[in-house]
Amino acid sequence: MLNEAFGLIYTGENNPKLKELTLTRSVAAVPFGGRYRCIDFILSSLVNSGVQNVGLITQKNYHSLMDHLGSGKEWDLHRKHGGLFMLPPFLTKDNTGLYRGSVDALRSVLGFVRRCSERYVILSGSHTIFNTTFYEMLEYHKSTGADITMMYNDCDPTDPEDQNNDLRLCVDENGRINDIELDPYRPRTRFASCDVYIMEKTLLEYLVEEAYSRGEYDFIRDVILKKCRSLRMMGWRYDGYIARLDSLGVYYKRNMDLLDKDVARELFTSSHPVYTKVKDEVPAKFGAEANVSNCLAADGCVIDGAVSNSVLFRGVHINKGAKVTDSVILQAATIGEGAVLKHVVLDKGVIIRPNRVLMGDVGYPVLIRKNQVV
Amino acid sequence: MKKKRIVAMLLAGGQGSRLGILTSNMAKPAVPFGGKYRIIDFPLSNCVNSGIDTVGVLTQYRPLALNSYLGTGQHWDLDRNDGGVFVLPPYVTANKGHWYSGTADAIYQNREFIIQYDPDYVLILSGDHIYKMDYSKMLKHHIEKKAAATIAVIKVPMEDAHRFGIMNTDEKDNIVSFEEKPKNPKSNNASMGIYIFDWKLLSEFMENDSTAPDSEHDFGKNIIPGMLNAGLKLVAYPFDSYWKDVGTVGSLWEANMDLLGEPAKFELNDPDWRIYSRNPVMPPHYVDSSAVIHDALVTEGSVVRGTVLHSVLFSGSKVGRATRTSDSVVFPNAMIGDGCIVNKAIVGEGAIIGDDCVIGAEPLFGEKIDNKLTGDITLIGNDVKIPAGTRVPRGAVVTASIL
Repeated sequence: MLNEAFGLIYTGENNPKLKELTLTRSVAAVPFGGRYRCIDFILSSLVNSGVQNVGLITQKNYHSLMDHLGSGKEWDLHRKHGGLFMLPPFLTKDNTGLYRGSVDALRSVLGFVRRCSERYVILSGSHTIFNTTFYEMLEYHKSTGADITMMYNDCDPTDPEDQNNDLRLCVDENGRINDIELDPYRPRTRFASCDVYIMEKTLLEYLVEEAYSRGEYDFIRDVILKKCRSLRMMGWRYDGYIARLDSLGVYYKRNMDLLDKDVARELFTSSHPVYTKVKDEVPAKFGAEANVSNCLAADGCVIDGAVSNSVLFRGVHINKGAKVTDSVILQAATIGEGAVLKHVVLDKGVIIRPNRVLMGDVGYPVLIRKNQVV
Repeated sequence: MKKKRIVAMLLAGGQGSRLGILTSNMAKPAVPFGGKYRIIDFPLSNCVNSGIDTVGVLTQYRPLALNSYLGTGQHWDLDRNDGGVFVLPPYVTANKGHWYSGTADAIYQNREFIIQYDPDYVLILSGDHIYKMDYSKMLKHHIEKKAAATIAVIKVPMEDAHRFGIMNTDEKDNIVSFEEKPKNPKSNNASMGIYIFDWKLLSEFMENDSTAPDSEHDFGKNIIPGMLNAGLKLVAYPFDSYWKDVGTVGSLWEANMDLLGEPAKFELNDPDWRIYSRNPVMPPHYVDSSAVIHDALVTEGSVVRGTVLHSVLFSGSKVGRATRTSDSVVFPNAMIGDGCIVNKAIVGEGAIIGDDCVIGAEPLFGEKIDNKLTGDITLIGNDVKIPAGTRVPRGAVVTASIL
């Protein structure tokens, strides 16, 4: 699909259910899977589909996201033509600088959209994790004559506790979407949107301008839901692994999923690799007393203690006599000697002093905020 | 072109025949090292960390692996508007052209590359040493001593001194004489193959040397002795950290082992002096519930299901269930099956070892292995396939797939 489509990623989603993980960062910048951030997956999927022009709409807390993406070099998106465009909010006479919703955000980047020479736009959110290419979806979009094609998967109805923009699609046998529900208490369907939309960019421009002129501001609620019958919307089913980071509990479980070798193989398939910022960390070092089982560990880790059923991000230090089970330990956290952790999520740079004991539960992991000392 | 204070020239031409089959399809500097690196990452990262942004890499043997590894140099931060990293192969002109006949000839043939930056100094490096060194300190030493040339030296055990180029110095680090591999060494100051020259002076000497009929066009044999005879001031720059020539199978294995233990003889984990490399783009490594890992380096893309003791696993390598790997170096994407015993071996890139193999087995009675190259290290070549149940005796070299 070289030069047929450009990508537009909206990273303005807000999710209080992710608690302090999103205190200082956008959902897109939430670390995932040992060495990645949420955004890496959609960005790599776009790049692996031959997309060379990607706009990234940021809303707030985007400092860590910009730090992560830099010039886009690691995704091969530092280009003369196209490449990665960061689109932060800005203040003009008809733009308040702060978006009320996705329509506001999309409207303020219409300048970017107009300059794009590609015919189609792949519009996406940033809190859904999968690894695919969009060739087939775009072909499907063209061959069905759809106005909008939405990616969906078969997904158990979400626990209301974890519900966060759970967009349920009623898809008929021809693939046509005939009804859409947002955060339904009792969903009528198992099909949930994966937050990826393909349409012609002129349609996007029209829909955004129209919604704005009526004072509407949420692209899902005010455009997708309302236009369900008047536009031809088609569903494109994706059967691969999908993680939606809806809440802290789900975040914990989806990280743990990666210990399953089939999930890991699916998400990290070598034919389309997942790119991320390279930190040039050294290989992980296992000490003479290390005792590690069923673990995913990134480079830069120094492991001298016992770790099982856990995901260790880059540069985690586990000292002698420490015992870590069923936990997700983010970048550069240090676990002191003799500390015992079970069912915890430690954010970046947390220091656990020697002999501390932290216990959560599968359904309710303990989260320690970034750079805290316990 | 903007003037540069110093330009580095990295001699990466070596075929590295003493590394045997490990270099059958790549030049020595492209040989993997330390889990995620290649030998050339060390001098290149040293350059960048020392503030040197222009590096010529001289190569003539199997340049493809090296060329594609270096790419634009972005992984070492050497994709620069002005300067950067350049691969410089030999070339022909209208009336002549030949392979590099010696280290000095390689530089001489590429003098135009250096001239375009009009540098004050030239740093000559070799591509087969593992060490971390701040060349800017060496340059400071060179300038302070007002030397014509500065040669980095390291103390080696006296009994090994006969294998090195030995610099005899006075108490002020001035080099009095130089002996290449002396039978009866007078000192143990071995040359590390790292030189800083005043560029103008060096180009004069290379010009004269290029027409000298019986010169080998070598820095150690011709240029340095020539400068000494001319009465120029040559000084030694003593270096006392880790440095290892990884020119043989034994030393390559040893250098990998030096990364292990607490404290390691050679510590890579140094945020102030990072070693950069091309990233393999792989997920974090996975340690299975049946795995046991003690005293090892493991890097991204690896999958460990067996026992790994005192070993280095490179990116994408796999160790199967109930397999015991000890004192070994497993190169990128090598796969070791289930139920194997691998002891003191180097397993080449992409090699596949079937289930229930024994690599590095006790020799049977009367079994004779030609192990001149390897000593007691067992070497499995790149992309070699070994079928299930095979026994490879200690010190053997497996060059082709066993059918």
